[in-house]
Amino acid sequence: MRIIILGAGQVGRTAAYHLSREESNDVTVVDTNEDMLRDLQDRLDIRTVIGNASSPRVLEAAGIAGTDILVALTNSDEVNMLACHIAWTLYRTPKKIARVRSADYTEREKLFGENALSVDVWISPEQLVTEYVARLIRYPGALQVLDFADGRVRLVGIRALSGGPLVGQALRTLREHIPTADARVAAIYRSGRSIQPDGTTVIEDGDEVFFLAARKDIRVVMKEMRREEAPVRRVVIAGGGNIGFRLASELEYKSQVKLIERDPKRARRVSELLNSTTVLLGDAADEKLLLEENIDGADVFAAMTNSEEANILSAMLAKRLGAHKVMALINKPSYAELIESGSIDVAISPQTVTIGSLLAHVRRGDVVRVHSLRRGAAEALEVVVHGDADSSKVIGRRIEDIVLPHGTTLGAVVRGEDVIIAHHDTTVQPDDHLILFLTDRRHIEAVEKLFQGSASFL
Amino acid sequence: MKDILLPVAHVFAMVMMVFAVTMLAPLIMAIWEQDPALWSFVVSAFATFALGALLWLATRRFKRELKTRDGLMLVALTWVALPAVAGFPLWNYLPVNFTRAYFEAASGLTTTGGTVLSALEDLPRSINLWRHLLSWLGGMGIIVLAVAIFPMLGVGGMQIYRAEMPGPMKDSRLTPRIGQTAKLLWAAYAGLTAACIVCLRFTGMDWFDAVCHGFSALSLGAFSTYDANVGHFNSLRIELVLTGFQILAALNFATHYLAWSQRGVRAYFRDAEARAILGVLGVSCLGIALFLYFKGTYPDFPTALRHATFNVVSMATDGGLHTQDYSLWPIFAPMWMLFLCSIVASSGSTGGGIKMIRTLVLAKQANRELNQMVHPNMVRPLKVGGTVIANRVVFAVLAFVFLYFMSIVSLIFVQLASGLDFITSLSSILACINNAGPGLGLVGPGSNYGVLNDFQLWVCSAAMLLGRLEIFTILVLFTPTLWRK
Repeated sequence: MRIIILGAGQVGRTAAYHLSREESNDVTVVDTNEDMLRDLQDRLDIRTVIGNASSPRVLEAAGIAGTDILVALTNSDEVNMLACHIAWTLYRTPKKIARVRSADYTEREKLFGENALSVDVWISPEQLVTEYVARLIRYPGALQVLDFADGRVRLVGIRALSGGPLVGQALRTLREHIPTADARVAAIYRSGRSIQPDGTTVIEDGDEVFFLAARKDIRVVMKEMRREEAPVRRVVIAGGGNIGFRLASELEYKSQVKLIERDPKRARRVSELLNSTTVLLGDAADEKLLLEENIDGADVFAAMTNSEEANILSAMLAKRLGAHKVMALINKPSYAELIESGSIDVAISPQTVTIGSLLAHVRRGDVVRVHSLRRGAAEALEVVVHGDADSSKVIGRRIEDIVLPHGTTLGAVVRGEDVIIAHHDTTVQPDDHLILFLTDRRHIEAVEKLFQGSASFL
Repeated sequence: MKDILLPVAHVFAMVMMVFAVTMLAPLIMAIWEQDPALWSFVVSAFATFALGALLWLATRRFKRELKTRDGLMLVALTWVALPAVAGFPLWNYLPVNFTRAYFEAASGLTTTGGTVLSALEDLPRSINLWRHLLSWLGGMGIIVLAVAIFPMLGVGGMQIYRAEMPGPMKDSRLTPRIGQTAKLLWAAYAGLTAACIVCLRFTGMDWFDAVCHGFSALSLGAFSTYDANVGHFNSLRIELVLTGFQILAALNFATHYLAWSQRGVRAYFRDAEARAILGVLGVSCLGIALFLYFKGTYPDFPTALRHATFNVVSMATDGGLHTQDYSLWPIFAPMWMLFLCSIVASSGSTGGGIKMIRTLVLAKQANRELNQMVHPNMVRPLKVGGTVIANRVVFAVLAFVFLYFMSIVSLIFVQLASGLDFITSLSSILACINNAGPGLGLVGPGSNYGVLNDFQLWVCSAAMLLGRLEIFTILVLFTPTLWRK
């Protein structure tokens, strides 16, 4: 697929990396920063074009004619929307994705569409990250909580700890432990390596387990993996920027939220917009301030500032001062790896959270949702199957008869409103949503082929 | 040292195996013609492939993604080592020593085209085909070919592509994927070669000569199947075809591709280099024709124009095919031709020298300095063909030209010290470093490089490799930091 990415910022660079490492994508990146582009071109097999992202001449130089997807990820909402509109008006680019941060625009649905701004999909990384963090806080103990089928099915990553009834037992016994709920373990990572789970696999202390379950069953299943944790009541957020502010407004009704912001002006502004949140003016890495505000009683400390170094330090400090669980926003993948093995419980990488929503659009076949996992090494996706038993390789077959590439698990089937956890005898029907987990992203092409159906159908 | 060289050796082994496959062409020719060189090609192809396979297996453990320095090393290693491999059939079959075989192969691969062999028409056809094929492969570049064939060279591919492609600005690409760009360039190259071969066939050559000379014309090598070179045919139509295709080969192949995809010639007029090249060539041909006519070298102006055009274009584009012994022309003409061969060819072409784009950048930079003296507060970016050239590129060009001249001067001194006369030293080094072909004096078109001794031939071989890889890639091997961990 031919893809143009506008803007080589954090998100743009990650998108370029993820998209260009797939053989079938031709990626061109446009930005005004020449040094950044040169550096990017040295590391990735892409073309770069210097210039203003919304200028038709620059878009032409980047080969907009014949491009399949335009991804506008510059810092400016206005440039992004304008670029998409230009691409559609002048070149009929089939798919245009824009990063639109301001809720001012995104709240008004009429703005986007046929006779309005030609943006097919808008994404707001801040919003995605906020939702992600909010989900993590709602499920204490989880490392990752990802939505499929509009939240009907969730993929949960959790570290198994001794004390959970299932730990030390074979997976087969899950049914006996919880007869009312159903779940499917999609992958297990033991000391960084994936093991293919089957009925006889025994869960050990410290395993990172990914399971799929219907939303209502998640808590029950989580209880099997580790002792249940009390719901989060006290939250401390460091940083009143875009993400910190959104997170506070999302959580303030259910929990007691404190937000620490360094800049007086911003602190004032945030306090005006929020209702029950306590906004504190000060440095999140200030030991005295943290102690004064009873950091040792906090259930969650979330460091959400723009500076990842500050996030790491303040989160480590909060942990030492007694915060129960600490999270930090970290951009560099290498930092994230360093940190999660150390004293910070959850490292959140905004790019990994965002990239999934882009990947869903480049996948062939009808892929509705993609989540990138383990820093891009694994992937979970939701595919809709179309056709009939003759044209499709999966429809009308039992799951045990479908040949999946190595390391791929079919975890759940969503049929209309029903969630069916996949068992060997489940039969796939037309228009089912299948949820797959790939421990090795490199098999993605084989999976795409499997669900694309025969050529005659296309 | 070990963990720097071995991953590079792993990729080099693959290049060797591909190279062994190209030896099948002369091998099949030898079977077809039942000529006596067959055995040499069988042995060489087999030995090259086996060596490559062994090296590949032995270094498999060290496979990893190529970094910038690996790319440089791979290109340098390939170009230094391949002439030895390519020269093997010549060394095995012909009564020449290793030095001469290496020189001949290097001369082919770098598209220089100076030869040490004589009585070319009596050589087996397979040997001649091999010489021309080397030229043709070296023209667009073996590494670029490898990048086109092996997609997994991916990111590392860009590094090595940059180390081999001539020109100061190599970041612009035809397509987002480097492998795809390499494929398109090779396609343009192969397409033009095919067109040239067909034209030659229908202007009077037989198929074999047409193929060989087509290879020479597009790669801007100077090899011919005859001692008298193109003069052997004494045909105006052949000369016109070759002149045309040599000019095409001296232009940027990316421009050819653009012109082809736009179905029009606008791309050529937009290319500042192409405009300058055509201008310089036009003026030089006419000027030298007039000069030769007034000096009385040729009795009438049309003859003077005919010989001036073919030989000047051929020499200036670094092609080096010739019809006349121009070393016998009054000294101004051949010296002017040597000067042209240093500057005319375009970046991204198969020619050598400092490339027209660098000449333009330097000229404009000189002009800027002059203007700056008059208007000390003037702000003026350096533009070539409407595009602003970054100062970084200007500095790189200055450094390149300095190294280029220092290389020429020091190598000339080495040749002088070895006992050669001045004109031969000067012209042999200029012709070799610019990958032009024949020089003047002892190595002029009337004779060949066979008269030089082994030491002098090694100096020439070194000059050819330096010139083909634009100096930096070879010299970087001698910087200590490359070898440090």
